[in-house]
Amino acid sequence: MPADTALPRHRLSRFSGKGIACIRGGRVLFAGLGFEVAAGGVLLLTGPNGIGKSSLLRVMAGLLPKAGGQIVIEDGSETDAAYLGHADQLKPELNVRESLAFWSRISGPASSDARAYWLERAIEAFALAPLAELQCRRLSAGQKRRVALARVLATGRALWLLDEPTTSLDAATVRAFETALADHRAAGGIAVIATHGDIRAEGAATLEIARFAGSDLSDPFYRGLSVDAEA
Amino acid sequence: MAIFCAIIANDLRLAWRRGADTLTAVGFFVLAALLFGFGLGGDPSLLARAAAGLIWVTALLASMLALERMFAADFEDGSLDGLMMTDAPLELAVLAKATAHWIATGLPLIVAAPGIGLMLNLPASAFTALTLALLLGTPTLTLIGAIGAALTLGARRGGVLISLLVLPLYIPVLIFGVAATEASLSGAAMDARLMALGGFFLAALALAPFAAAAALRQAVR
Repeated sequence: MPADTALPRHRLSRFSGKGIACIRGGRVLFAGLGFEVAAGGVLLLTGPNGIGKSSLLRVMAGLLPKAGGQIVIEDGSETDAAYLGHADQLKPELNVRESLAFWSRISGPASSDARAYWLERAIEAFALAPLAELQCRRLSAGQKRRVALARVLATGRALWLLDEPTTSLDAATVRAFETALADHRAAGGIAVIATHGDIRAEGAATLEIARFAGSDLSDPFYRGLSVDAEA
Repeated sequence: MAIFCAIIANDLRLAWRRGADTLTAVGFFVLAALLFGFGLGGDPSLLARAAAGLIWVTALLASMLALERMFAADFEDGSLDGLMMTDAPLELAVLAKATAHWIATGLPLIVAAPGIGLMLNLPASAFTALTLALLLGTPTLTLIGAIGAALTLGARRGGVLISLLVLPLYIPVLIFGVAATEASLSGAAMDARLMALGGFFLAALALAPFAAAAALRQAVR
């Protein structure tokens, strides 16, 4: 890890949403959902399978249109978001460094110095140096996930939207991820993470856990609930 | 612009390492033309008359072959999500991918075309017109094909579906492409036909990125 003093600060101040609704396949997945994360905060999305964690993340990333509500990124824009879905966004023909460099070129900072900084930092944070010249087709599922996480860091973006980031990771990499997440928060970054909570051990008390479910709005169980939810 | 170039460079590197797309397109082009040559028998004058049309039809089918892969890999590995979240509009990314696709599969066809012209006894005087017409025509085919490729993402048997969607739209390019090539044989002016091809290209350039991007946005939902 580079010294904390060298960390560039993100300028994002707050990521919030209210009244968010999502309809998929003619079914209301969730509605009236609200959340708020300040700079340096983490929001964990938990809940049973199929409840709409992934859909909410895609709504936040702007990949899925929302049926209602609004999402506000204060002191930032949609292009501050880095999204990690179930797919790793890796080409089997490219090696690890090339893959990371490509994503950093098309979604990283404009200045090449800043891009180089984030790229090196991502490679270091996830201990990818020994794998850097290896083609992605040769990587195991866990190693691919590691590179995908490094890609999020390499773009240098302030708002991480991660969908079950620790899938198939070994314990050491989960720790590396947690360190990277802590650094990200220390630098004023924000993260929203869908997880089943099994591996997660966030050190700070800043987590706000959102639990929600959808389909029948009259059923109180299915009301959008989160720690600081709008009614 | 940096993003545009980065996508082209990355796609060309992928195409180079994969190799299959370019090889299938050119291989199909050569083999299909060869089959026509054998099928029509050894009559050189018959071949010479049919050559322009045969070259265009086979080039068209060959360029269609690789279309399915234009966005499919990005769709499957999630890269499409990433392309939607850059600082540049998705339309630009589509244009970059179509450009790379044309360089990888269209340009080799143009290089191979004179060789096939020789094989089919196309008079040498038509080679310039053939090359010019292909240079204007094949980018149009790729751009129209991008719409088809984006629309059929995620569909089973997308390849077949693409050909049904795209081949009817290829007809104007085919008509004017053959006309431009044959005009040079009869000594008629080919300018008007080439200009029509250029017009098709510009129209496709202006419209196709928007149509394909809209289809891609639907596909990732």
